[in-house]
Amino acid sequence: MDKFTLLNGLVMPMDRANVDTDAIIPKQFLKSIKRSGFGPNAFDEWRYLDHGEPGMDNSKRAINPEFVLNQPRYQGAQILLARENFGCGSSREHAPWALEDCGFRVIIAPSFADIFFNNCFKNGLLPIRLDATQVDSLFKAVEAHVGYRLVIDLEKQTVSAPDGTVYPFEVDAFRKHCLLNGLDDIGLTLQHVDEIAAFETQRLTAQPWL
Amino acid sequence: MSAQSLYDKLWNSHLVRQDDDGTALIYIDRQLVHEVTSPQAFEGLRLAKRKPWRIASMLAVPDHNVPTTNRAAGIADPVSRIQVETLDANCAEFGIAEFKMGDIRQGVVHVIGPEQGATLPGMTVVCGDSHTSTHGAFAALAHGIGTSEVEHVMATQCLVAKKSKAMEIRVEGALGRGVSAKDIALAVIGRIGTAGGTGYAIEFTGSTVRALSMEGRMTLCNMAIEAGARAGMIAADDTTFDYLKGRPFAPQGAMWDKAVAEWRNLHSDAGAVFDATVVLDAASIRPQVTWGTSPEMVVTIDGCVPDPATLSPEQREGAERALVYMGLKANTPISEISIDKVFIGSCTNGRIEDMRAAAAVARGKKIAANVMLAMVVPGSGLVKAQAEQEGLDKIFIEAGFEWRDPGCSMCLAMNDDKLAAGERCASTSNRNFEGRQGQGGRTHLVSPEMAAAAAIAGHFVDVSKL
Ligand code: SF4
Repeated sequence: MDKFTLLNGLVMPMDRANVDTDAIIPKQFLKSIKRSGFGPNAFDEWRYLDHGEPGMDNSKRAINPEFVLNQPRYQGAQILLARENFGCGSSREHAPWALEDCGFRVIIAPSFADIFFNNCFKNGLLPIRLDATQVDSLFKAVEAHVGYRLVIDLEKQTVSAPDGTVYPFEVDAFRKHCLLNGLDDIGLTLQHVDEIAAFETQRLTAQPWL
Repeated sequence: MSAQSLYDKLWNSHLVRQDDDGTALIYIDRQLVHEVTSPQAFEGLRLAKRKPWRIASMLAVPDHNVPTTNRAAGIADPVSRIQVETLDANCAEFGIAEFKMGDIRQGVVHVIGPEQGATLPGMTVVCGDSHTSTHGAFAALAHGIGTSEVEHVMATQCLVAKKSKAMEIRVEGALGRGVSAKDIALAVIGRIGTAGGTGYAIEFTGSTVRALSMEGRMTLCNMAIEAGARAGMIAADDTTFDYLKGRPFAPQGAMWDKAVAEWRNLHSDAGAVFDATVVLDAASIRPQVTWGTSPEMVVTIDGCVPDPATLSPEQREGAERALVYMGLKANTPISEISIDKVFIGSCTNGRIEDMRAAAAVARGKKIAANVMLAMVVPGSGLVKAQAEQEGLDKIFIEAGFEWRDPGCSMCLAMNDDKLAAGERCASTSNRNFEGRQGQGGRTHLVSPEMAAAAAIAGHFVDVSKL
């Protein structure tokens, strides 16, 4: 997993609530048995005018010029600004994989669905919760200024806007540690092998039907 | 010791270790595996040269990609086929029990776990699928996880987690005629919203919930995730034990008695504290129909499609967009919405009781001329066999329904079963998101009775008045 420390990135706004994982990566692309290559099909149904299927040459498909992801001013964006309940729906980790493959490293929203929120951290993607009013003012600022960027400092837990406003955010200490150091969860857990084995023995002895 | 909630008990009994900031390692008793969210996890194990920690805790089944007709011909779509073959190969390589496509025990992962007794009270159950909340109906702590977590549980038998807040949803009283667990679930979501349960583990309590069958309890817990909660759960009681007794993976003989004695403690103690409580009166719940593109966009069968102008400013824009997508006009009575297709099945409503409820409505009737396709997809091969033994298949077929092989099918349309753009479907599944049942397809979530009645009438009708 890539380390995450400081990011100065272009912001792309996605102004709708309840963006679900089916929208982020439609199910026909879940048939892949790989972890990568989902980027060109992120938001497929909103992004292209035709119906996408795996194996198509996406560079030849007609794009929907209205959709934010296709607007020239947001090309290269690394920060996604979103609304309430982002990532609701299925547990598919293909959603954060697709967003990461598109180049996003940070998502800012007033709220996220739990499983999606969790899945982001496993993939070097930082989901940041800010107040709805703060998110609202960021939406206004992004729309008003072409090339609008934010600086995300994970160590200090701040989002800094060009006008000097600094928005502090909360992040779980363990997840922050993993992200800052690019640590693999499994390796960390396996440091506790003895504890797990002891727990398991005791549990299976007490409840042998398990 | 102070009074504990069911969630407290389940959490505490699986806590391997906990750091000062609350980050915990939770021991996992059961991991269910399906073809869509596991290939990358198996690949991760291989790359890191790791082995699954406890193979006996795993049970695998292909469900999302399998065809529901002409199984003998195999899977036509090469991409789907590779995914299912990859699961078969991974299970063979690591020695994991799998119910393959030709096995009568194959079916939707959340139907087969309980059906086999692989889901037991007091367990922690995970699966790379958000509707794992279903298994909480057995007083288990069950929730969906992502693929990295699937790999993590395979490798360590543990999950890194933080304790959620606890919410009690209490439903009291007798349900009215034609009102089922599905209607309770939709009514709850209509009340608290799709994010209402975010950050919570929900326990469903109250006399109405206690009176539900296991099938009904599973339907309710299944939809907890649509209310934003990763886990839904219900206390264990005689209904739970009667359902499980004699199932292949359940303990037998003296072990069974020992287990039941243990399981009797799996309920919230009197005086247990919840961070939030929601109370519903069962008598006030009417058959529900969703009108929009989120499960919270729901009204009763006697209601009308809402007028966005009357909604709060936050809801208005979403409602306007949903009406455009759904091709509906504000203030249209729900009973005037005609449908093109019907889907009865899924991990929400693909169990034997659902088949019986739908068949009771369809018996001796014919589907309406405007209904192009009405399909019944049993949740598992065993549900299918049981239904056939009871003659339900004949009732459906005579009424004009198609009787299919088990799988997820048109719940998410990863196989060939899908809606075409603009088609309107009465569906017993759990999600009505844009494109869920096929690009441009329009989904209305309902109970099995309501779906069968809509198939017969060609539009939504009030089953409580039939
Ligand atoms: S039936 Fe539908 S919701 Fe259930 S596991 Fe299958 S796809 Fe998911």
